[in-house]
Amino acid sequence: MIKSSLRFVFLTFLIYISFKPLNSAEMVDPIKVNWSFKGLTGTFDRASLQRGFQVYKEVCASCHSMQYLSYRNLGEPGGPEFSEQEVKAIAASFEIEDGPDSQGEMFTRPGRPSDKFKSPYPNVQAATAANGGAYPPDMSVLVKARKGGANYIYSVLVGYEDPPPGLDLDDGVYYNKYMVGNKIKMPNNLMDGLVEYADGTESTVDQMAKDVTTFLAWAAEPELEERHKTGVKVIIYLVLLTILVYLSMKKIWSRVDTEV
Amino acid sequence: MSEHEYTPKSKAGKWFNDRLPLLTLGAHLTDYPTPKNLNYWWTFGGILTFCLITQIVTGIVLAMHYVAHADLAFASVEHIMRDVNYGWLIRYIHSNGASMFFLAVYIHIFRSLFYGSYKSPREVIWIIGLLIYLLMMAAAFMGYVLPWGQMSFWGATVITNLFSAIPLVGDSITTWLWGAYSVDNPTLNRFFSLHYLIPFLILGLVVLHIWALHVPGNNNPVGIDIKKPSKDTVPFHPYITIKDAFALLVFMIIFAGFVFFTPNVLGHSDNYIPANPLVTPAHIVPEWYLLPFYAILRSVPDKLGGVILMFSAIFILFVLPWLDTSKVRSAVFRPIYRQFFWILVIDVLMLGYVGAMPAEGIYLVLARVGTIYYFLHFIVVMPVVGYLEKTDPIPMSISEPVLTGGAEPSVARKVNDKI
Repeated sequence: MIKSSLRFVFLTFLIYISFKPLNSAEMVDPIKVNWSFKGLTGTFDRASLQRGFQVYKEVCASCHSMQYLSYRNLGEPGGPEFSEQEVKAIAASFEIEDGPDSQGEMFTRPGRPSDKFKSPYPNVQAATAANGGAYPPDMSVLVKARKGGANYIYSVLVGYEDPPPGLDLDDGVYYNKYMVGNKIKMPNNLMDGLVEYADGTESTVDQMAKDVTTFLAWAAEPELEERHKTGVKVIIYLVLLTILVYLSMKKIWSRVDTEV
Repeated sequence: MSEHEYTPKSKAGKWFNDRLPLLTLGAHLTDYPTPKNLNYWWTFGGILTFCLITQIVTGIVLAMHYVAHADLAFASVEHIMRDVNYGWLIRYIHSNGASMFFLAVYIHIFRSLFYGSYKSPREVIWIIGLLIYLLMMAAAFMGYVLPWGQMSFWGATVITNLFSAIPLVGDSITTWLWGAYSVDNPTLNRFFSLHYLIPFLILGLVVLHIWALHVPGNNNPVGIDIKKPSKDTVPFHPYITIKDAFALLVFMIIFAGFVFFTPNVLGHSDNYIPANPLVTPAHIVPEWYLLPFYAILRSVPDKLGGVILMFSAIFILFVLPWLDTSKVRSAVFRPIYRQFFWILVIDVLMLGYVGAMPAEGIYLVLARVGTIYYFLHFIVVMPVVGYLEKTDPIPMSISEPVLTGGAEPSVARKVNDKI
């Protein structure tokens, strides 16, 4: 009797686990993209990262900050890997406020690779005020800060639709199929041919969304490639050591009449 | 195994050992007679020691780079992740290490529940272990606050607010805990201080835990008292050390899998959003290892009632050695208790699951059923089953399958097979 009641409890448990998706209502599952950085040995597509940076710089950066990244990161291994000259040129294209100087005055100078990415607004309040009361989130760790990660970010970028009939949206509010709650204050900024890719890739909305999402995934986890590479080595090392220790254990315990 | 007659061979060793018998202690730890039939569930003591040391070492390094200030904490964590050499590795080991620590401790606790390791004469080991577990929860909770993300902030708000349920002085106590009128910079500062302190308290208790263990010696899967040293025991080194090392390595492979390949899967994505007192997350959930207690807390409509019940769920474990009336330790020989044991395991897993779900509808019902059963298990099942149950015959020793009941002569071997 106890066994059957046990089975009953366990089954109910399973049933309710399987009901989980039904309960998380308004969310539409994000589109699953086969990212190159997925999986145990995943790496970033270098060209896509560079294109993604271009989309970020020309489109996203006018509203979104990326305050935890430095220009030097763009040249580091595992990232877009721009050359040293390119990184210097990118940094120098921004005017960075520095100071105070010996006179106590703040001044601006061309950016250096060691500078953090320049934010479009001086503070959160200014960013909020300039964007209709919705703060454009800092994008440094955005991919890690959203359930669904890269798939979700990509889905939102390509998820703009006309609102279903009967749904009135306020000015400055847009309908997005994948956004939590379906309402988003960021307009659909991507349109075909918006940026001119240096490598000649056709800049479709889908291409730009994928590239910029790849770039954001790297920005959130710049260590990803090194982590994967080190991880494989660590696991191999541990497995070999485990085998050696297992054999030693068997040998040592062979002196005793007990199995291990 | 001749620990009492131990004398160092070298003159210097003898000179030192006469003044501080560290070498005698070392010899005792090496020779410590251990039941030879310990199974792999017994390797989690060593694994837990490894977890504690790992947390302390990685934590000390993290503290060198972390800034405990409401305006800087989040950025300092990103600094660790991006600019500190192998900072990402150290932080991911530390954050996943907390989960691995709890995984190991839950296995350790349930092992004790199954084999009756909490029963006489090991009550003090059990109680010290529970104190360690309590401190672990405190340390983990405060550690989760330190990155100052959304879950950090709102988790801290929910948990500290529990104290406001105390009649009359609740609000004053909560304000005192916060050091402010809400969770704020002073709260973060003191949490960091305590988060650094608690692991060393745990370390001290671990020494007591092992000391208390070495008085009666290990329990074992058969659960009987054995003569030590005897044919039933092996010296701790090299037998148990090598076995613990093997189990630890397997554990480390799983650990490394999390750290290197899915370092954020056990965390909540909201904690990568900087703390914002003006925006409440849709669902505030604690880390997975606290979810069963969170479910118990929310299963009661009354705040004070929920808090009392949640704390009771832990404190009832302290009197477990006296709630269990069975004369037999190991569930291997307790056919009825064994079933209830597994029901309890499922019950706790279910509570953990509903703890992660919104407290409404079916989840609330399940949480209530689970909570009631949890307490029934300890208050009713343990005393009654221990009293009524007809236990299976028990072998006289681990090596020699001599029986009290006179059933099949191979019971002891069968026991070993089962385990």
